[in-house]
Amino acid sequence: MNDTSTWVILFAAIFTNNILLANFLGMCSFIACSNRIGTSLGLGTAVTFVMVTTTIINYAVYHYVLIPWGLEHLTFIVFIAVIAAFVQFVEMFVERFSLKLYFALGIFLPLITVNCAILGASLFMVIRRYTFFQTVGFGLGAGLGWTVAILLMAGLRQKMRYSHVPEPFQGVPIAMIVTGVLAMVFMGFAGMVSIT
Amino acid sequence: MVFVLSVVCFTGLTMSLATLLVIAARVLVNYGTCQLDINAGEEPLEVQGGQTLLAALYANEIFIPSACGGKGSCGHCKITVTAGGGPVLPTELSYLTRGEIRSHVRLACQVKIRENIFVKIPSDLLNVRMFDATIESATPLTHDIKGIRMRLDTPAEIVQRPGQYVQVQAPSPDGPVFRAYSISSPAYDRNAVELVVRLVPGGLGSTYLHTIRPGDRVNFTGPYGEFHLNEDPAVEIVCVGGGCGMAPMRNIIYTLYDRWPERTCWLFFGCRTKQDVFYLEQFQDLAQTHPHLHVIYALSEQDGENWSGETGFIHLSVDKYLESGVARQAFLCGPPPMIDAVTQVLTAKGLRPEDIFYDKF
Repeated sequence: MNDTSTWVILFAAIFTNNILLANFLGMCSFIACSNRIGTSLGLGTAVTFVMVTTTIINYAVYHYVLIPWGLEHLTFIVFIAVIAAFVQFVEMFVERFSLKLYFALGIFLPLITVNCAILGASLFMVIRRYTFFQTVGFGLGAGLGWTVAILLMAGLRQKMRYSHVPEPFQGVPIAMIVTGVLAMVFMGFAGMVSIT
Repeated sequence: MVFVLSVVCFTGLTMSLATLLVIAARVLVNYGTCQLDINAGEEPLEVQGGQTLLAALYANEIFIPSACGGKGSCGHCKITVTAGGGPVLPTELSYLTRGEIRSHVRLACQVKIRENIFVKIPSDLLNVRMFDATIESATPLTHDIKGIRMRLDTPAEIVQRPGQYVQVQAPSPDGPVFRAYSISSPAYDRNAVELVVRLVPGGLGSTYLHTIRPGDRVNFTGPYGEFHLNEDPAVEIVCVGGGCGMAPMRNIIYTLYDRWPERTCWLFFGCRTKQDVFYLEQFQDLAQTHPHLHVIYALSEQDGENWSGETGFIHLSVDKYLESGVARQAFLCGPPPMIDAVTQVLTAKGLRPEDIFYDKF
């Protein structure tokens, strides 16, 4: 049991313990899809949705299947399978019932299957012994935190197109440097709230 | 006991997830049969909905170029979809220019068929075939370059123009991928296709082509490529290659002298050291019978002894040998810095940009 309040966890997951800028999880899609704000918002929304839902499903799987049968060593592989299958299912569901939403979000879903931030959120839930509501709060906070981070990055990269980046730093190198600076900025939030 | 339980539990879970997905796919995303209309043809093709446009075209033996196997990471499979393709997806945006988006160009591997769809395909691409071939020989040309000759089984003949390329199907952990190689055998050699392949460490296509042996079977599609040799015999042809960028030149030169034995042609080829030199004797022999063929090889890392050719980077030799003001057409093949340097030299010699073709890799 973890006795931090759900609201504290929610805000800590967005600011002080941002899954991207503090834990550096989900970097690949963060770097690859942060060229336009619109794309980033779509991807961020999809990540948030999948993060909340998969942490809930994985919470159930962990507490009602893995623990009672003493199979905690299968945590990683089961979480990965659940996430992959769920994301596929959501993709088909969205495609069937809202083509508009599918074109806006659905195409990002395959990218998310292998996003380590999603798996990371489920694993943090296990390590930090969250209750159900804390899990929901953390999943939502981590997803929003990831979205905030990629939106900041996309905004900066859109501006960067008009700045004179030295040639060796153009593209991914400058994106990595900017990510580092953003991470340092977020360290300024440290001390406001904290979760362990 | 815990092992048995682990295996049972994990298998059970994955099986049930897989079953759920299969049922979901049947119920949720079933589009039935759709019509695929190519170039406003009279008889549209009947294709299964739900698959990508690229997959549907390949299933109907229309082989548009694609290198990545439909993952949307090469941007080669561009075709015009006039109706029924849905909106342009964010995954395509980075490969399409604004002009292309306005004229309805799409990446075929990203377009999913959900309704009747209308596409336009250049007639050149409709002539592309899938070839079954047998490796006739695989000759080492240098320490990391092999010349590979493939005898065609079905279809038994290929109609190609010099400068065109084929896409060889190579196996990969995620299913077959296609890798493009220029044809080095002359156009009149209709029953075989030769390639010049440099081994790229970790490269899927080159590793595959370097491990196959004579007698092995390969599949490739082709021919692709827009290059047209200038038909006016007064126009000189300039071929500039570097590294392993030899294949299209060899095709151009042999085809050229088969048709116009008196035509002037310059071959410039840049290598690092003497051990990277190949095909030099063949071209020198050809130059004996065709005095208007000028063969110039240059080594960039001078190792002096026993070398009668040029030294230094190849664009310096181009600058040295060619005089200005002659009507020429140039074909360049090699690494980007070489292409850029040679293009500059050729432009200074008076070649028009539309007469300079290149293959950067």
